Amino acid sequence: MNDLLVADSVSKSFGNFKALNEVSIAVPKGSIFGLLGPNGAGKTTLIRIINQITMPDEGLVQLDGQPLKPEHIRDIGYLPEERGLYKSMKVGEQALYLAQLKGMSKSEARSRLKYWFDKLEIGDWWNKKIQELSKGQAQKIQFVVTVLHRPKLLIFDEPFSGFDPINANLIKDEILQLRDEGATVIFSTHRMESVEELCDHIALIHKSNKILDGKLNDIKRQYKTNTFEVGLQSNNSEAVIAEIKNKFEVLPATFKNLNDDVKLNIKIDASTSSNDLLSFLASKAEVHHFVEVIPTANDIFIQTVQNN
Amino acid sequence: MNHLPLIIKREYLTKVKNKSFIIMTFLSPLIMIALIAVVAYLSQLNNDKKRTITVLDESGFLKDIFQNTENTTYNNLEDFSLEEAVALVKETEGYGLLYVEKVDSLNAVSEKIKFYSEETPSLTVISGLEGKIEKFLRDKKLQQDGVSITQIEAAKTNVDIAQESFDGQKSSKLDNIIKLAFGGVAGYLLFMFIIIYGNMIMRSVIEEKTSRIIEVIISSVKPIQLMMGKIIGTSLAGVTQFAIWVVLGGVLMIVVSTIFGIDLAQTSTPQQELMNQAMQAEGAQAMAENLLNGINNLPLLNLVIAFIFFFIGGYLLYSSLYAAIGAAVDNETDTQQFMLPILMPLILAVYVGVFTVIEDPHGTVSTVFSFIPLTSPVVMLMRIPFGVPPWQQILSLLLLIGTFMFAVWFAAKIYRVGILMYGKKPTYKELFKWLKY
Repeated sequence: MNDLLVADSVSKSFGNFKALNEVSIAVPKGSIFGLLGPNGAGKTTLIRIINQITMPDEGLVQLDGQPLKPEHIRDIGYLPEERGLYKSMKVGEQALYLAQLKGMSKSEARSRLKYWFDKLEIGDWWNKKIQELSKGQAQKIQFVVTVLHRPKLLIFDEPFSGFDPINANLIKDEILQLRDEGATVIFSTHRMESVEELCDHIALIHKSNKILDGKLNDIKRQYKTNTFEVGLQSNNSEAVIAEIKNKFEVLPATFKNLNDDVKLNIKIDASTSSNDLLSFLASKAEVHHFVEVIPTANDIFIQTVQNN
Repeated sequence: MNHLPLIIKREYLTKVKNKSFIIMTFLSPLIMIALIAVVAYLSQLNNDKKRTITVLDESGFLKDIFQNTENTTYNNLEDFSLEEAVALVKETEGYGLLYVEKVDSLNAVSEKIKFYSEETPSLTVISGLEGKIEKFLRDKKLQQDGVSITQIEAAKTNVDIAQESFDGQKSSKLDNIIKLAFGGVAGYLLFMFIIIYGNMIMRSVIEEKTSRIIEVIISSVKPIQLMMGKIIGTSLAGVTQFAIWVVLGGVLMIVVSTIFGIDLAQTSTPQQELMNQAMQAEGAQAMAENLLNGINNLPLLNLVIAFIFFFIGGYLLYSSLYAAIGAAVDNETDTQQFMLPILMPLILAVYVGVFTVIEDPHGTVSTVFSFIPLTSPVVMLMRIPFGVPPWQQILSLLLLIGTFMFAVWFAAKIYRVGILMYGKKPTYKELFKWLKY
C-alpha cells in the first residue's frame, strides 16, 4: 500500500447543496499533495471530512489502509484556513493544552515544544499572551502546534497567509524537511507559485467534482502543446520568419534577453521532434534561445476551470 | 480518547484566572456589604433622630396619654391658642403639632384631632399616634360602660391555630415562613446561577468562534465533548465563585458589624420592625426554639437531594441551550432574538414560584408548572419544603432528565454545525435545517 490516504467516492450535501460529488483522491506516502480549486469548490469540506469534523454522506476515507476512526486524530495535523488561538491564554500553556488534546503527554509535549521553540528562535514567547504577539508570530505558534505531535499526515490550508517572505520561506523549508522525515502533506492553496515549488501531486476540485488529478509533471506533459519559444538572429529576418511560418504554426512571443532577436512561439506537430525543429532553425539563423513551453500550474488551473 | 477532564480543567482555570472574574469575586461581596452597611447606617441615623411633638389639647381628654420616649419628646401646652402654638412649633423647629379641638364629650374627640407640621409627617409617627389614641379612647369608652381595666386586659385573646398534618406532623405559621424561605432561596439561587453562568458559557463559545480557534480544537475533540467540558468547567468556576461569596460575605458581615457596632440583623424597614416587636413579645427563647423546630420539621434530606438533582438538571438544561445560542451566532449582539425563548420560561417559573406556590403549594398551577421541564427546577424546588409526594418528584425529575438529554442532543447538533458557520446570523428556519446535516 503506497497511499497514505485514500478517499473513495466521497459525497456530502448540506441541505439541497451538494458540496462534494463522488470525489476520490489518493495521497501517496511521503508526497506533497496539492488540493486545488476555486473558492467554494468543496476543498474545505473534503479536508473537514478527512479530519472527521464532518461525516461524509457516502464514500469511504481510509488512512493507512484503515477506515477513519477517532484514534486517527493523533495521526493528523491540521492547520485550517480559519485559524486562531485563545487570545488571552499564554503561548506555552496554550501549546501544551493543544498538544495534550492530540494525545501527547504533558512532559513529552514540553520537550517537543522546547525543540521547536529553539529551532524557530521563539523561546522567549513562552509566557506571553497571544494578544501580545503580531499576526505572523501567532501563525508561527500555530504552525508549531500543528506539527508538534509528529503526525503522519499534515494538512495545511493556506499555510503562508500572514507571513512575510522571510518567514514564509522558513515555513516552506520546515514543510519540506517534515516531508523528508517521512510525513505526508496535503497542501491547499490558491498561490500557484507555491504549488509549483512544493507539490509533486495535485488534484483539482471544481464545483464539487474532481476534474483533474495526478503527478504534477504528468499533468504538465499532458497539457503541453509542443510549443517552443525561440530567439533568432539573422540579417534577413523577414525572409526567415516567412519561411518558418510556411512550415510551422507560429505565434508571437515575449521574453527577456540581451539581443535584439526575433522572438517566436513555434508549435510543432507530433511527427516532428524538437531536434528537427532546432536543426531547421539553425540552418536558417543563429539560435540564441530555445526553450520548450511548459504549462505552469497557474495555466493549467485557469484553463481547466474555465473549460468546465 | 476522552479529553473531557482536560477541557474542563482548561475552562475552569481560564475562568478562574481571568482578571475580571477575580475582581468580581472579591469585589462583589465588598460592594454588597458596603451597601448593606450604608443602608443600615442611614436607617439608624433616621431612628436616632429626636422628635419633639407639641400637643395642644383643648378638650383635655388626651393630656396624659403621651409619655416621653427615647426618641420622642411630647410637649404639652396649656392656655395657648392654635396660632400661638403653631408659631411656637415653627420657632422651636419642632416636628409637629397635635391639636385637639375643644369638645364636650369623649365620643366627639376622635373626629377633632389634627396634626400640623412643616413637612408631610412620617407614616410611622402618625400611625403610632393613632394607635395610642385609639387604644386610649376604646379603653375609656369601655370603662364608661362599666368595664374595668382588668376585664379589658383579660378579654385580650391571641389565637394561634396549631397545624398538624394527617400523619401527625405539627407545623406553625413560622414553619410556613421557613419553608417559603428555603424554597425561595433555592429557586432564586438556581435562577441567578443560570442567568450568570449560562451567559458566561455562551460568551465563551462565541469567543472560540471569533478567535477562530474552534476548527483547530474541533479537529482534536468531538464537539459534544467540548460543549460538555465548557458547561462543566464554567459551572465549577461558578460554584467556586459562589462559595467564595458566601464565605467572604459572612466574614465581612461579622467584621463590619463588630467594627461599626451596627447590628445588621436588626436593620429593617418599619414594617419589619413591627413584626420584630410582635415576635419579641413571644419571647426570644421560644422564638429560637420554634425556629429550630421549624427547620427540623422540614424534609431536610429530601430537600438536599432534590436540590442537588433539580439544580444540576435545570442548570445543565439551560446551559446547553445557552451553548447552542453561542454556537449559532457570531457576536453577542446577535444573541437577543434567541435569548427571549430561554428567558421567558425562566422568568415565568420564578413568577409562578413567587405568586402561586406561596398561595397554594399544591394547587393545579403550581403542580403543573412543577412538571413542565423548563420551569420545573425552580417551581419544584420551591414546592418541596411543603412536602411533595415522591412519585411527583421522581416523575418531574425524569421529565427533566429526558428533556435535558434532548436539549443536549439538540444543542450538540446546532453546536456542531454552528461553530463552523461564520458571517450571517442564522434564522430559526436555518437552525432547523442544521439539525438534519
